[in-house]
Amino acid sequence: MTLLVDILSWILIVGGSFFTVVGAIGTVRFPDFWSRLHAVSVADSGGMLLLIAGMCLQGGFTLVTVKLILIGIFLFITGPTATHAVANAALVTGLRPRVARDIEAVELPPYSDVPDPRG
Amino acid sequence: MRHHLILRVVTKLLVGTIILFAFYVQFHGDFSPGGGFQAGVIMAVAFILYGVVFGLRHVQSVFPIWLVHKLVALGVLIYAGTGVWNMVLGYEFLHYGSFNPHHMSHGQHWGILAVEFGVGVTVTGVMVAIYYAFAARPPHIGDDDW
Repeated sequence: MTLLVDILSWILIVGGSFFTVVGAIGTVRFPDFWSRLHAVSVADSGGMLLLIAGMCLQGGFTLVTVKLILIGIFLFITGPTATHAVANAALVTGLRPRVARDIEAVELPPYSDVPDPRG
Repeated sequence: MRHHLILRVVTKLLVGTIILFAFYVQFHGDFSPGGGFQAGVIMAVAFILYGVVFGLRHVQSVFPIWLVHKLVALGVLIYAGTGVWNMVLGYEFLHYGSFNPHHMSHGQHWGILAVEFGVGVTVTGVMVAIYYAFAARPPHIGDDDW
């Protein structure tokens, strides 16, 4: 039983770490503000839930688990709210997503590591 | 301000919880990580969040400027007053054991609680005062421009 719980919690923790790292890479590598925000917000919420579920399994039926669930609830509320606030401010101040024809207009080689000159 | 519906709802949900957590950190600080400074910062965050979302005028009607300035001084008075009260009881400055000379560790418990409360009050006042000083400047984007 202990082994089963350990295996399950490790799967959850490693999965959550994977999502968080992927979100961080997306934040650095994606082309514009909106896709970066999408990467970090979605991957962060999902990774956070998996990490906290894994830590709850390690904690067992203790006060630690109750605190972890509370932390999870608050992060699940505040994370998307912060993302909404940032995206809302960007939209109102006039930032628009890059569209496909905009990208095609600049002749960059596909899958290139050359940084976009427009930033 | 009608524009920020989600922010207003979530803020109303969170402000009370943040204040409750600040009290938990304040009065549980001698058993778990935390203490006066952290509790003061968390308490100030509740008011700053309220001010950011609902506007400076509303938060200053709840927590007026004169009260903030009095709190800054009151916390230091609580801290120093605890120490002076120890001297009045015949011991050194901040020798908490004097509160209960027959059971020194109980006296230290109460003394640390009082001193940490003073630290928390001062930190809350200072953080909110700094926020008021910055936020009182005229904004680049008015609330009507949203």
